[in-house]
Amino acid sequence: MSESALRKSAGPPSLAKQSRWLERAAEALVKTVSLVSVASVILILIFVGKEALPILTSAEVHKELTPGALFAPYADAGYMWQPVSEVPKYNIIPLFIGTLKVTIVALLVAVPLSVAAAVYVCEFAPKNLRDYIKPAIELLAGIPSVVVGFFALIVLATWVQRIFGTDHRLNALVAGFGLAFAVCPVIFTVAEDALRAVPNSYRTAAVALGSTPSQTLLRVILPAAMPGIAAAVVLGFGRAIGETMIVVLASGNAALLDPNLGHSTRTVTATIAQELGEVVVGSAHYHVLFALGALLFLSTLVVNVVGERIVFGMRRRLGGAQ
Amino acid sequence: VTPAATTQPRLGRRPNLADRTLIVLTAAATAIILAMLVIVLGDVIIGGWGTLTWEFISAAPRDGMTKGGIFPAIFGTVALTLLMTIVAVPAGVATAVYLAEYAPPGSRVARLVNVCIANLAGVPSIVFGLFGLGFFIATVGRGIDVAAFDGQPTYGKPSLIWAALTLAILTLPVVVVSTEEALLAVPRELRDGSLALGATKFQTVTRVVLPQAVGGILTGGILAVSRGAGEVAPIMFTGAAYFLPYLPTHLNDQFMNLGYHVYVLATQSPDVDRTKPLLYGTVLVLLLLTFLLNIVAIVIRIRFRRRLLA
Repeated sequence: MSESALRKSAGPPSLAKQSRWLERAAEALVKTVSLVSVASVILILIFVGKEALPILTSAEVHKELTPGALFAPYADAGYMWQPVSEVPKYNIIPLFIGTLKVTIVALLVAVPLSVAAAVYVCEFAPKNLRDYIKPAIELLAGIPSVVVGFFALIVLATWVQRIFGTDHRLNALVAGFGLAFAVCPVIFTVAEDALRAVPNSYRTAAVALGSTPSQTLLRVILPAAMPGIAAAVVLGFGRAIGETMIVVLASGNAALLDPNLGHSTRTVTATIAQELGEVVVGSAHYHVLFALGALLFLSTLVVNVVGERIVFGMRRRLGGAQ
Repeated sequence: VTPAATTQPRLGRRPNLADRTLIVLTAAATAIILAMLVIVLGDVIIGGWGTLTWEFISAAPRDGMTKGGIFPAIFGTVALTLLMTIVAVPAGVATAVYLAEYAPPGSRVARLVNVCIANLAGVPSIVFGLFGLGFFIATVGRGIDVAAFDGQPTYGKPSLIWAALTLAILTLPVVVVSTEEALLAVPRELRDGSLALGATKFQTVTRVVLPQAVGGILTGGILAVSRGAGEVAPIMFTGAAYFLPYLPTHLNDQFMNLGYHVYVLATQSPDVDRTKPLLYGTVLVLLLLTFLLNIVAIVIRIRFRRRLLA
């Protein structure tokens, strides 16, 4: 194959002017197109930010809502998100608490499972089994989130209510368990990469010194891979706070400020998804929803940069140690 | 339980109790994650199988979406992902070619592009929805209306084209990552050989490197389609419709979509028990579509890696 490809590619040896022009045009083209990704990130920042900015600057919006009202409790109603009532209330603290609740549940389930699975696949699983497990977990990542949300709504909710006797059928627990389906593959993939990045010399050295498998794992491999595993958790967190369709379908969507995991809850993403369709363009409510989107965008940006940094730092350190 | 042969050296020799406990626990965690996949698949297949008739996939919804089929949603999903692919795949492949073939080592542009691709992959899908609304519809679309249609809302409204472009940006990293991986796996010697024979850089890239990487490009394209077909949040405000009596024929038409149809049936229906069979059927069709695509992509990639290693 490679020989025939080479023969075909040899072509005429002449480098006419026309072909030199083609060379330059091709390079310029791919370079320009590659900037689409850069432009996209900048445009997202500008156009989500632009619609969020009136919260800070517009006198029109300030008649209904000041930036402080997003965070401070209302005198009469406390922390209340009620944007479509007679007197709209825009306190976003309940939404943050909602996102935090489902995210914590999801991570409590997903982190131990995914890290343990990564350890199994990387250190213990027979090679032929491993070749099936990894694609299977990729398939799990490939399930559309609306399908997971549907499953959580119809099936998980019933199981959770039967097991935990929750007050509301749809609640933070159901949404969190549903989220775990989406977060597990993320954490697994990054954690597995981290374990794989630990040089084999570490393992052989530990074994040569007489360590048992569990000693090698717990005292040598896991500590070496720890930054990568931390990064996996960070990236899983980023995935969890940004996920929309699972929580829209499974969380019950009541914006209650309430630590009870068995009660309905409403996340930042679900609020945008459910309210943006019906909102008047340019209203205070509209701008608040974009502000929520902008906060979400910025937090995932920070989370991702931190995650990538950790992975990069670990790679370099382990690479240097090899 | 003996620690079986992996490609790495075994972790010690004789497993004691602690070792065995560790192996059993980690294996159990793996089994639980795999069970998630099996349970979702099993439930949807069992629940949806009875609904999956020819009428269901070829007819339009009837009686307030409690009867009939989902053909318009299938059609809309296919049209949407096709348009998306036409944009995302060439753009993604060109980006990967620049990163892997043209960018000089340590290039600042390449580093910037890499950072943006990584960040783009981490942006929540709902934010893409906000972006599509704020940029494509309210800015580009409205601009077109003002310039060409006397301000009549023609493109400044939710449309197939805006949803497809929003999704194209969302799936761009999928194409780039997969293509770049394939390009980097092409052995250096092939490029050197080609250049030594007098081929130009462009000839080398198009006739030697890209044909070798075709599997990776295909994988990336298929994964992007699968991802795009399943996304709901980015298209909710940029073009998807609850119900349409006609199929989309123009770029500025709205469209029905499988994922959105599931969301609508699951949340807006006054009578969930009556729509439940339809709901399960729709979920099954969506899952089959995305799953088959994913499996095809994984198989292509495994075969391709094997060939490159051989």
